Amino acid sequence: MLADKKKILVAGCGSCVTVCFAGGEKEVGILASTLRLANQVEGKHVEVLEQTVTRQCEWEFVDGMAENISEADVVLSIACGIGVQTTAERFPGKQVLPGLNTSFLGQPIEQGIWTETCAACGNCVLAVTGGICPVARCSKSLLNGPCGGSQAGKCEVDPSVPCAWQQVYDRLDTLALQETMELIQPPKDWSAGYRPGPRKIEREDLKV
Amino acid sequence: MTVGSNLENVLRSGQFAVTAELGPPKSADPTVIRRKAGLLKGYADAVNITDNQTAIVRMSSISAGYLAMEAGIEPVIQMTCRDRNRLAIQADLLGASALGIKNLLCLTGDHQSFGNHPQAKGVFDIDSIQELRMVRNMRDEKKFQCGEEMPVEPRFFLGCAANPFADPFPFRAIRLGKKVAAGAEFAQTQIVYNVEKFAQFMEMVRKLGLHQKLFVLAGVSPVKSVGAARYMKTKVPGMDVPDWVVDRMAGVPKEDAKKEGIRICVDIIKQVQQIEGVAGVHIMAIEWEEAVAEIVEAAGLLPRPKVEELETVSAKSE
Repeated sequence: MLADKKKILVAGCGSCVTVCFAGGEKEVGILASTLRLANQVEGKHVEVLEQTVTRQCEWEFVDGMAENISEADVVLSIACGIGVQTTAERFPGKQVLPGLNTSFLGQPIEQGIWTETCAACGNCVLAVTGGICPVARCSKSLLNGPCGGSQAGKCEVDPSVPCAWQQVYDRLDTLALQETMELIQPPKDWSAGYRPGPRKIEREDLKV
Repeated sequence: MTVGSNLENVLRSGQFAVTAELGPPKSADPTVIRRKAGLLKGYADAVNITDNQTAIVRMSSISAGYLAMEAGIEPVIQMTCRDRNRLAIQADLLGASALGIKNLLCLTGDHQSFGNHPQAKGVFDIDSIQELRMVRNMRDEKKFQCGEEMPVEPRFFLGCAANPFADPFPFRAIRLGKKVAAGAEFAQTQIVYNVEKFAQFMEMVRKLGLHQKLFVLAGVSPVKSVGAARYMKTKVPGMDVPDWVVDRMAGVPKEDAKKEGIRICVDIIKQVQQIEGVAGVHIMAIEWEEAVAEIVEAAGLLPRPKVEELETVSAKSE
């Protein structure tokens, strides 16, 4: 999709993707250099611009890229999917391409390892699961305890994955709240999260 | 009595029940169902029709169940939460009941990553416990999950699965208790090879009084070869195969392996029969339906109680 472009803007973001080493100023520099090199090898004359803004998910910051965007034929954004869309929305006449596969809302568990902990489902169950989310962390998003595939603390789907319900069980045991697991959790209201349409929060107190 | 299926009748009459498994084909060929039904008829009180077992696409459990019924054997249709959301589950069950199917096993389902479409999106809108309660409310309250009422309710004898060999072990009987509270009237367990551990599980079941609230059918399965025994022991999650099973299979010549597998299965049936609260056995002879007759006979479980005339579509449509 970049093959016939003469001027590319690689756009980074200074927030979450910087913290997880995926789309900050440093990664913008690496990606831009790689593109320049690749084009050079192919004997093509392509100019690669670089810019990283504080937050690519807000128009106020995205506006700071106006000059470079107007010059470029295409924007390659390595912000998360929200940043890509904010930039595309703010500059409707320009093609904005995603440079990352935004994967999940995660937690850095050790240097170089992140794990998904929240599915942003809009209907939090952490109060009854000992602070461990089965919606995000159980392979089947079960709400009533471990399935028959929980063995020695691991999930049958992948032995490198801890069984979230074993973790819930142990945590509730520590808290002396085991009886919580005996309650039947009713079918979840998924409408709070995934549907209908894109999720939206409106706060009257913050509106101007 | 909730629906008066043959399986329910046998269990409520206090007779030791036998169920088997009839796996639908990976094709649209109805003759497979008829052939397997022929092998199982007279040897099982009802047969489970699996629902895309291990996440591999097969003929639908309801259609195959209907064909089995036509062939004269009562089906227990399985319904997983992996492939359908609450709308699809309820819709399919209305249809299944309208066709005269009377037994239902509610399952969460094997994860799609194990099957032949690992890139599929798993549904898991509800889990097996929520499914049980939903179907019980459809039957007993004539209400859909959303609370709306329906004029004619689907009627099923409700079953669930139980795995005594998964972790955390102390939670296993409690989980079965949740299934009873949600509506389960019978349970079929994971394949039992470790009879000792199964007996411990049953002790916990009895402590909770669950054996008086639902019928527990112990899952059993004949091993075909020593290789299969080793594979189940080391590679299949949620299975507990003790050394003695592998040793016995290794101790016979290759040509006698199948016979030995059947003998082990019969021995296990005789052992679980002695455990208080075990109301029957569920024989899973996967793609080896021929073995069921031999096992049932050798275990002294013949003749099966007389099968009542199965209700046909025309009789149901009054």
